[in-house]
Amino acid sequence: MAKTTAPSNVAKSNRKWITGYSIIGVLLFITYQFLLPWEGLPLGIYDAIYQWMPPSAINESLVYIIMALGLNIVVGYAGLLDLGYVAFWAIGGYCAGWFMSEFFYFLNINFLGSVPAEAPGIHINFWMVLLIGGFICALFGILIGAPTLRLKSDYLALVTLGFGEIIPQVFFNGENFFGYNISNGTKGIVMVDPIPVGVKNLGPFDFGWKLLIFLFLTAVMVFISLRLRRGRLGRAWLAIREDELAASMMGVPLMRTKLSAYAVGAFAGGLGGVAFATHVNGVYAERFNFTISIFLLAMVVLGGMGNVWGVILGAFILSWVNGNGLTAFGQLYNDRFGTDIDFASFTFLLFGLVLILMMLFKREGLLPESRLKLMLHEGELDDEDASSSKKKVGK
Amino acid sequence: MANALEAKNISVQFGGLLAVNNVTFDIPNKSIVSLIGPNGAGKTTFFNVLTGLYKPSAGKIVYGGKEITDLPPHKIAEIGIARTFQNIRLFGLMTAQENLLVAMHSHLKSGITATILRTPRQRKEEREAEAKAQEILDFAGVGKWTHEFARNLSYGDQRRLEVARALALNPKVLLLDEPTAGMNAQESQVFIDFINKLVAERDIAVMLIEHDMKVVMAVSQRITVLDQGEKIAEGSPAEIKSNPRVIEAYLGKPKAARK
Repeated sequence: MAKTTAPSNVAKSNRKWITGYSIIGVLLFITYQFLLPWEGLPLGIYDAIYQWMPPSAINESLVYIIMALGLNIVVGYAGLLDLGYVAFWAIGGYCAGWFMSEFFYFLNINFLGSVPAEAPGIHINFWMVLLIGGFICALFGILIGAPTLRLKSDYLALVTLGFGEIIPQVFFNGENFFGYNISNGTKGIVMVDPIPVGVKNLGPFDFGWKLLIFLFLTAVMVFISLRLRRGRLGRAWLAIREDELAASMMGVPLMRTKLSAYAVGAFAGGLGGVAFATHVNGVYAERFNFTISIFLLAMVVLGGMGNVWGVILGAFILSWVNGNGLTAFGQLYNDRFGTDIDFASFTFLLFGLVLILMMLFKREGLLPESRLKLMLHEGELDDEDASSSKKKVGK
Repeated sequence: MANALEAKNISVQFGGLLAVNNVTFDIPNKSIVSLIGPNGAGKTTFFNVLTGLYKPSAGKIVYGGKEITDLPPHKIAEIGIARTFQNIRLFGLMTAQENLLVAMHSHLKSGITATILRTPRQRKEEREAEAKAQEILDFAGVGKWTHEFARNLSYGDQRRLEVARALALNPKVLLLDEPTAGMNAQESQVFIDFINKLVAERDIAVMLIEHDMKVVMAVSQRITVLDQGEKIAEGSPAEIKSNPRVIEAYLGKPKAARK
């Protein structure tokens, strides 16, 4: 039987990660902000970066990471299967659309916005919209969670699936929402305000600086995840994941604890939504479809449920494969062997294959949480024990 | 002697099955009482009613002068009724310490923001909770396993840890469901001493469900016998031992009496 790692190590590594993360972050920033535009950079490297990991792709993968971290709190920490997480992404996105654009052209509200004061529409400062988006999503998380979290796992998954369909559909058809236009429907809300950072405003093509901002938001989510995990709430989440009944018998209020997991998870969805809107410079209803929910869930599972570093790795790999990796690989392959295979069209085939293989051979994910690894491998070792203990339960 | 917990005329019905039928049961302060009976007598069901897992179809439960029949399980735990389970239900992949800290959940106050910011108050609260957890672990004799996953502990230690976890709720009433199941005579004796020490040192009343008659007779001040959901006897160990209805429930009617 595997032994416990000493928790003092955990505390130490918690402090260490900020240093390591900052170093990697700064290196990435320097690469994309200064090295890439530098004229002395050999053309080979320039081409390679643009082919394998262009600035927009790395930013997009960071948005995915932010949201996967949020989903990890719901799925990985509290053990609640959520198949409709895209709903929070959509709500976060439309928060950016509402509060940072000319969408409400008949209003003229400007609160520390990055556009001239006379511009029509609501223009609230990006950093505040982040918070607003986060909190509105958290609120929706509670609203959605309150009636559904009483359900047991499978049913909960089905209902979240429903909500994940309903909310994007509301936006998709939102041109006439009881007589009001809340989303511009399929046309989407184009042009959100640039991000003000004091000295300048970051438009859609300031990839380097936005990379820094997204890295910062990711760090915030990692920080929140790690801190909560070790606190009173994190323990309660874990206890619920392990044994709901025993947890309630030990004084853990199930509903409230699950709702808080939902709310914190949804908050991250809001951050991701606002960040994504600034990344693509708009909000487009058709982007928020069911596949995104599954995609995010796959990131969490592939990387290692419950472990933030695993989730980051999983999210990074999948979003990269989905965005650039496979296309770039395909180009390389086709050039080398003179074939003409459209690799990008095999994305989902590949994902399906990878998930099946993972479930067969490495169920706990790439970088698993130590506890989960124990749990998932327990079944293989003592299936007989498990079946006999089940008999006991039934007694 | 005042009662810590009073259950009055409790009935539990599952469809057509009357699992517990009009049982009245009280637990005096600082006492050890036992509930025994053959398999399927309704003992665990009765426990589940006391801890709020099942709602009784009739009757009421009074704790500390207040009716608690309709409180949800976590509230009942919070106000001081703690339990262990017939089949151990520890949080296996959490350390012994974490198991206890989960039980302290309702007594700790730090919210989301305080935890994220790790405010001085939150840190102090955590430190104190950890110290208290250690104290309880030591008291229960599993103090050396603080940072060990619960599932790695030996069977006896898991039983002890489960009691320790229940104690972390700071209960006035402790309900133990077959605490010595699977223990040998020596381990049972250690457990008996532990229960006696517990009641002697703390302001706590213990109720046991137990099959091991040696344990029941040794620790109980009062024994209640359930059979097919009904209370058939109640009294001191000596009285119960010689009660013909109890013997009948356990061993069956003597041949001559059968028709």
